[in-house]
Amino acid sequence: MKIKITVIGALLLLASPSQHTFADWQLNMPRGVTDISRSVFDLHMIIFWICVAIGVLVFGVMFWSIFHHRKSRGAKAKHFHENTFVEVIWTLIPFAILIAMAVPATATLIKMYDTSDADVDIQITGYQWKWRYQYLGENIDFFSNLSTPREQIDNSEAKGENYLLEVDNPLVIPAGKKVRFLITSADVIHSWWVPAFAVKKDAIPGFINESWTRVDEPGIYRGQCTELCGKDHGFMPVVVDVRSAEDYNTWLAQVRAEQAAEAAAAQQELGMEALMQRGEVVYNQACAACHQANGEGLPNVFPGLKNSPIVMGDIAAHIDIVLNGKPGTAMQAFGDQLSAVDLAAVITYERNAWSNNRGDKVEPTEIEKLKAANGQ
Amino acid sequence: MATLSSTDSIAPHHGPARGLSRWLFTTNHKDIGTLYLWFSFLMLLTGGCMALMIRAELFQPGLQLIEPNFFNQMTTMHGLIMVFGAVMPAFVGLANWMLPIMIGAPDMALPRMNNWSFWILPFAFSMLLSTLFMEGGGPNFGWTFYAPLSTTYAPPSVTFFIFAIHMMGISSIMGAINIIATILNLRAPGMTMMKLPLFVWTWLITAFLLIAVMPVLAGVVTMMLMDIHFGTSFFNAAGGGDPVLFQHIFWFFGHPEVYIMILPAFGIISEILPTFARKPLFGYASMVYATASIALLSFIVWVHHMFTVGLPLAGELFFMYATMLIAVPTGVKVFNWVATMFHGSMTFETPMLFAIAFVVLFTIGGFSGLMLAIAPADFQYHDTYFVVAHFHYVLVPGAVFAIIAGVYYWLPKWTGHYYDEKLGKLHFWCSFIGVNLTFFPMHFIGLAGMPRRIPDYALQFADFNMIASIGAFIFGFSQLIFLTVVIKTIRGGLQAPPAVWDEPKGLEWTIPSPAPYHTFSTPPEIK
Repeated sequence: MKIKITVIGALLLLASPSQHTFADWQLNMPRGVTDISRSVFDLHMIIFWICVAIGVLVFGVMFWSIFHHRKSRGAKAKHFHENTFVEVIWTLIPFAILIAMAVPATATLIKMYDTSDADVDIQITGYQWKWRYQYLGENIDFFSNLSTPREQIDNSEAKGENYLLEVDNPLVIPAGKKVRFLITSADVIHSWWVPAFAVKKDAIPGFINESWTRVDEPGIYRGQCTELCGKDHGFMPVVVDVRSAEDYNTWLAQVRAEQAAEAAAAQQELGMEALMQRGEVVYNQACAACHQANGEGLPNVFPGLKNSPIVMGDIAAHIDIVLNGKPGTAMQAFGDQLSAVDLAAVITYERNAWSNNRGDKVEPTEIEKLKAANGQ
Repeated sequence: MATLSSTDSIAPHHGPARGLSRWLFTTNHKDIGTLYLWFSFLMLLTGGCMALMIRAELFQPGLQLIEPNFFNQMTTMHGLIMVFGAVMPAFVGLANWMLPIMIGAPDMALPRMNNWSFWILPFAFSMLLSTLFMEGGGPNFGWTFYAPLSTTYAPPSVTFFIFAIHMMGISSIMGAINIIATILNLRAPGMTMMKLPLFVWTWLITAFLLIAVMPVLAGVVTMMLMDIHFGTSFFNAAGGGDPVLFQHIFWFFGHPEVYIMILPAFGIISEILPTFARKPLFGYASMVYATASIALLSFIVWVHHMFTVGLPLAGELFFMYATMLIAVPTGVKVFNWVATMFHGSMTFETPMLFAIAFVVLFTIGGFSGLMLAIAPADFQYHDTYFVVAHFHYVLVPGAVFAIIAGVYYWLPKWTGHYYDEKLGKLHFWCSFIGVNLTFFPMHFIGLAGMPRRIPDYALQFADFNMIASIGAFIFGFSQLIFLTVVIKTIRGGLQAPPAVWDEPKGLEWTIPSPAPYHTFSTPPEIK
């Protein structure tokens, strides 16, 4: 025992300085920022206090008996062993409490299920291990990846304030508008959760689930995937950026301008150097989770790309598997996930990085042609 | 004739065979009970080591010790081993040892099947554990193995996992058949149903639950097998299947399974509290009816594990109400236990300490269960550490504490010696502190928003995770005290009289300690 305590003490000392600055002893559910989340919080608190009250009563009687009715205090056991009256009472009273609790719970649930009359519709698709947001009718479609640097996860750099709860492209929604989410998945089951909105819905392949929110206050709200979805389940956060109606419209215009620029870039010849540079960035964001940054994969789980037959073989087959994926495996179709420029860059990068040195490249224009032929 | 009469005179006294064959070929309920209990303890340590690996990785944010894919294998195997390898076999072990004695029977009704249902288990678990060393690693999709993560996206070892589950299922079903046959057929004359000790009653009901749902589990893993190897699409949406169907089938098994792991615990506690309160159990009949109602309700509440999968409103409401209803019979049981202690003459030996801790901590798990039943609030709790806290409160200081309490309670009967009370109390207090230190903070990090089954977490969860990890190591290592106590008691100690405790009720206290190899060859007289 002594040794154990010393070891624990040492561990505590070791750990405390790095943790201390982040100490946050949050004990309870957040109240949230929507009407729904506040009703849910109220339900949570009511049922919590009911439990506390029952607990105090039951444990109170029990500890009182433990204290007074112990043999060492000379207590003599009585021999009663049933009493129909109290047994009926303590069956009926809990029943009544439950009915009282079911009423507000039902009311809240009915409100949560009312997805009618939405102002904005957004389709959310879970992928291993990122989220895709498509604004229906707005022609906006992008992916949202974890942006915490690998070095912070590996403990070689200090962890930032929003460690593991930060993404490259957050979901942007307007404040004060009813936003409907249509939630689905492209591979395994995920679950989209933002605690501040009290919205949690599973993303299930082949099915579309509905949920909604209306947030009054602009701000940034963070959540995570809450259904085990494979290796990087812990690394697919949800970030929602709620903006005023005006800022939201500015953002829409900005995204459209970026999309136009991206389309223009796809018409240019980029050349080897530019492709490799961009390719490395895209690879680390889209491919490295499975195939690893060093291209060696995880043995027997995810194949390596260094010296792989596909990468070292015919370029058309390589482009095909990146664009269309490999059904029945974790290899996704990236054709509609990445832009033509990013696809060209990442394929070129894979063929030339880690001493693969194939020396060939593919330009965005060629990818555009293939995508057009595929109808993507 | 001479030989015949000599065998006649030997027969009532013959003891166990010598050496390994005693354990391999035994059909004696006490030997098989002992095998089950040691196997379960071995699995507890194996699953416990996995839990400690998980807690060590979660001691601090960042990835330090194990990589995420292996982390997922650890959470999966920890769950499977604890549920199917530790808790369930421990209860079957206690049932084997105690049920025949408690009802005045000479042995279990089907002794050879009894041998087989035990000896399947070491093979099933060797196969399951061997997957960790296979190409692509072991099962990494959680103990609930939701499709399609466990089918299309699973490592190749999933096939071995499926066969291991099949074998465990066969073992459980045979064990359950044996228990039902024993209780219904081998009771001593005069031992009417409403005279059965509660441990017998709760096990009878549990055995029916096992027979009802283990085939469902076998069915769902067979459907997975078909999807993986034979081109069906039960759970594959692209082929017209339904991933949610998997969850419905799994939880139709899974929820009664939860009660399979707690009803026998209710029975043990209902034996121990009256003994050390020196007062009969309050509300025997209502205990039996409450257990039966809980078992029946367990078949109509499974969807509360799936509130977020997007069911229609009416479905959510039905399963929310049905789930809340379980609080009523469960409450009755807790009230009865407290009423049993009320105006007793209590002493606090180790079994009593574990039993009282069970009543308090299981009730805390029950409270969080009631909170989880409220569907709108469940959207916030679901798949967070709040759920982890909830089911560990009902399973560790719930089921596991009850098993430990039962072992301390009957150990003098099994070995003929009293255990070392000081060490027993030390074991209790270390376990009690460790368990609460581990699992209570999980309520807080869950409410604050930490999802379960993640190998790394945001910084605001750091402090409570560290406390939980320290608690886990305290709890884990204090089980070595338990091992010490048990071995010490087997090897010697104060000789225990037949009654062991202060005028306990039940047939097991009328036979000598240690219990002879064969008991009740002629049925006892029941007053």
